[in-house]
Amino acid sequence: MVSFSAVAKRYPGGQEALKSVSFAIEPGELAFVTGRSGAGKSTLLKLIPAIERPTAGSVIVNGQNVGALKRSALPYLRRNIGVVFQDQKLLYDRSVFDNVMLPLAFSGHPPREAARRARAALDKVGLLSREKSNPIQLSGGEQQRLAIARAVVNRPAVLIGDEPTANLDAESAALILEVFVGFNQVGVTVLIATHDQRLIERYGKRVLRLEGGTIA
Amino acid sequence: MSAWLRQHRQALGLAARRLGALNALVIGVALALPAGGYAVLENLRGVAGRFALDTQISLFLQPGAKRAEAEALGKALRADRRIAKVRFVPREEALKELSTVQGLPEVIAALGHNPLPDVFVVTAVATGRGEEVERLSSDLAKLPGVAHVQADAAWARRLAALASIGRLAIWLLSALLGTGLVAVTFNTIRLQILTQRAEIELAKLIGATDAFIRRPFYYLGLLQGVGGGLVALGIVWIGLGLLNREVRLLAESYGSGFRFGFLGAGDAVAVVLFAGLLGLLGAQLSVSRHLREIEPA
Repeated sequence: MVSFSAVAKRYPGGQEALKSVSFAIEPGELAFVTGRSGAGKSTLLKLIPAIERPTAGSVIVNGQNVGALKRSALPYLRRNIGVVFQDQKLLYDRSVFDNVMLPLAFSGHPPREAARRARAALDKVGLLSREKSNPIQLSGGEQQRLAIARAVVNRPAVLIGDEPTANLDAESAALILEVFVGFNQVGVTVLIATHDQRLIERYGKRVLRLEGGTIA
Repeated sequence: MSAWLRQHRQALGLAARRLGALNALVIGVALALPAGGYAVLENLRGVAGRFALDTQISLFLQPGAKRAEAEALGKALRADRRIAKVRFVPREEALKELSTVQGLPEVIAALGHNPLPDVFVVTAVATGRGEEVERLSSDLAKLPGVAHVQADAAWARRLAALASIGRLAIWLLSALLGTGLVAVTFNTIRLQILTQRAEIELAKLIGATDAFIRRPFYYLGLLQGVGGGLVALGIVWIGLGLLNREVRLLAESYGSGFRFGFLGAGDAVAVVLFAGLLGLLGAQLSVSRHLREIEPA
């Protein structure tokens, strides 16, 4: 589903985030990406929806070489990849419900169908009763769940979480992980970046350990 | 197709909600100036045009000219191809006409002789061109025995010429304020893009096409322009209404029913369309300039 071969990423200015990264994630797999701060976890995840482009090597998602995609093709790639951003990127000028509706607006769903899907996504993360609230009124864990609901509302094949449990207490973190695992169980390929060793051990899933710009 | 229409409807709705009344007002006030000026000039041109087409020329003969000389002149005039009609008004008849005006018979009697010259009233062949009447009257002035030629249309033509200069000024003003409109829209859209920066960046990250992101801004520019155009028409309408109150009094004192008419339907539609297109242009320039700057990383 997602495969990297000899991927390198050097930022303008010379900083080398990834030296040579190769791995492959099968459809329906759940894997963790781990490593110290600055090891390149975020960079690796950003290469998948082509938010960043590799300077060498190739990133293949669902059979497409995303590093070589034209700008105009990116929206369609991104609709099939749900991303839970490190800073969540929630919009605080609208309700919880409208935050989840946003991705459906530009994929062109009829309003009724879109509303039904948005409620279903909110229901799956346990926020249906808060749909009229403003995201600012939600707790840290709830905001993270809202970000997940928005990421999955378009039913993507791949779900990516960049440090989704950072800054959360153990209980909330476990709850968030459960939500990711739940989507994985219905067939979504899931990739989570984290440095929380306890969580990783609990699930006994595959771990990609980034060290010195390569997979250790 | 229906999804496409729906997206356009949504973008239009979004734009309508963001439309600021103040911006439309600013644009409207700016456009009211050339639109109102145009309306006033069109009215003046209409009046001047009517008089300018008047082809009557009066030929005053030397005082004391012999009747035989007048007849010879009349023959020459009738032979001229450029002249459609010739009417001779002998001085006796002119005096008789004048005597019917109250108070004048006493004056005429006091003079003791007829001070009026013979007059030919000549109607030129209507060509619709003022210059030809002008040339004809200067030719007629050179004929022997003619003391003075008066073409009533001259002042009207001068007014029409003034109105043409005015029209040029209006076009220049329109171009200037049209540029202003584009700049106002450019800036409004820029501010709108800046306030929505987070949303635009997110939309790009999660799969919105450029067209989807641009659409509401295009509609905003268009609506703002159209709104401004409508405000301008409203201002012109009210302004001409106020003017007409005074104009009516003045015109009636001259026994005229003249009023400033509102812009024609075609002109009114053109003002709104023009404003809308300029708004769209401003939005287009602003969007292509500023959306590129928001690239998620």
